[in-house]
Amino acid sequence: MPALAHKLSVIGLSPVTVGLLAVSVFLFLGTAAAILLPRLRAGTGFEDLGPRMVSWWVMIALLTGALALGWRGTALLFAGVSFLALREFLSLAPARREDRLVIGVAYLAIPISYIFIFNNIYLFYLVFIPVYVFLGLPFLMAGLGQPRGYLASTSAFHWALVTCVYNIGFIPLLMRVPHWDAPQAGAVGLVFLLLAATEANDVFQYVCGKLFGRRRITPAISPNKTWEGFLGGWLLTTGLILLAGPALTPLRGVGLWTVALSLPLAGFAGDVTFSAIKRDLGVKDTSGLIPGHGGILDRIDSLTFTAPLYFHLLAYFSLATY
Amino acid sequence: MAWLRLLFIILVLRPLAVLITGVDVVGRERLPVRGPAIVAGNHNSHMDTLLLLALFPSRALARVRPAAAADYFLKDPALSWFARNIVGIVPIDRAAARAPDSQPADVLAPAREALARGDILLIFPEGTRGEPGHATMAPMKNGVARLAEACPAAPVIPVWIQGAGRVLPKGAVAPVPMTCCVLVGEPIRWAGDRAQFMDRLRGALERLEEQAPPLRWR
Repeated sequence: MPALAHKLSVIGLSPVTVGLLAVSVFLFLGTAAAILLPRLRAGTGFEDLGPRMVSWWVMIALLTGALALGWRGTALLFAGVSFLALREFLSLAPARREDRLVIGVAYLAIPISYIFIFNNIYLFYLVFIPVYVFLGLPFLMAGLGQPRGYLASTSAFHWALVTCVYNIGFIPLLMRVPHWDAPQAGAVGLVFLLLAATEANDVFQYVCGKLFGRRRITPAISPNKTWEGFLGGWLLTTGLILLAGPALTPLRGVGLWTVALSLPLAGFAGDVTFSAIKRDLGVKDTSGLIPGHGGILDRIDSLTFTAPLYFHLLAYFSLATY
Repeated sequence: MAWLRLLFIILVLRPLAVLITGVDVVGRERLPVRGPAIVAGNHNSHMDTLLLLALFPSRALARVRPAAAADYFLKDPALSWFARNIVGIVPIDRAAARAPDSQPADVLAPAREALARGDILLIFPEGTRGEPGHATMAPMKNGVARLAEACPAAPVIPVWIQGAGRVLPKGAVAPVPMTCCVLVGEPIRWAGDRAQFMDRLRGALERLEEQAPPLRWR
């Protein structure tokens, strides 16, 4: 793949362009499957593939547009994603009537976090939500003077803020890596590999599960997930990262292998963890925002786990910036 | 003024409703796009009207008229101008409807005229905003049945609005963003009996509520 990437870059295609072309090939294949499969094998659960693929086209067009606009565009897109995800989470979470004010205040964590991202104040970003919002919101709630159900609500709010805002924010932070620190494909290459590998892992697990799924892996939490889907997704995503990683990122050797092996595991963990939350709340999808997928949390559940892990592994093994 | 209303709904109300509530719809295809028709929903918040207005396709909007309390919306001049020209309300005089001793006033006349013109009437049969988050609706008034009787050509489409009472409960000043879900049911037609009609409407709304995402609001 590095050799191939080199050949392609000689004829004027950057690694990210090659990656986007590969993604479009898969989109076309998926779209063809969405049109053909329901006709060939009616009633086998392929009916939602059509809207699912339309949503994929829209999401990938949005991401491509934001990445093309640079770090500001990407930051604004993910601030929006965080807002939608947080709105979904806070709407489903058990809350008390009095917490309306607290929920309103919790949204402020997004603009404040992004002020730190825009001004490159990494240290403040790191501690703002996990330390200061963590302490401040419960204090505000205590000030409301309603102890009933207090701990359950504070925990739900903090879980929502860390997953939906803090963990997603590592993506725009990666976009602020200067070109000299990731000369292979710049910051876009770093973010592109994270998004492509995380979403590919979801798709690989889904496809392997559909094709070979026999043994259930988490029957009580998510009955559709199987060992075959999990292992197939792990194997294929690891392969994808090992192939594309050197062309898109400065990751080499142990660092590359660590990311390749652990990122699919984190994606699976995110998926299962959010399944447990949904099961507890008694909903199948977190909303109907994305046709064929469910809510935005159904789409970014694995990303809330892979983004921080990928960021920290990159920072440790390959980046001087963080 | 009609163009101003259309522009305001499409450029201001609709994006605002999407930003604050997400406007999650189940059964959008069952919403009427041609009048006369009656859309009957539960009522917890001013967001209800905003949500329903945001839901209709632009080509139908000129016909969509929310029935609203005259005593509340026409009392101050600015609100009255906004309610009549932008929201496009059909005023219902609740005070006249409540007065026991006087001649029973024909408070539904403006609503009947709207239906006769071929409008799509939005109506909240509870007649007032109920307590937010409460599982049950306030008892419904039978005005909706009387309208269906007066205009049997108009189907009555039941609509359950979940979560609007948390976004902007009665008495709250500012809305807090939370997902709202609107569930649109099968149309109900007038079949000759008011009590039976109200039972069918209540049943339809209760079935829609059962399908709605849960409200974890203690």
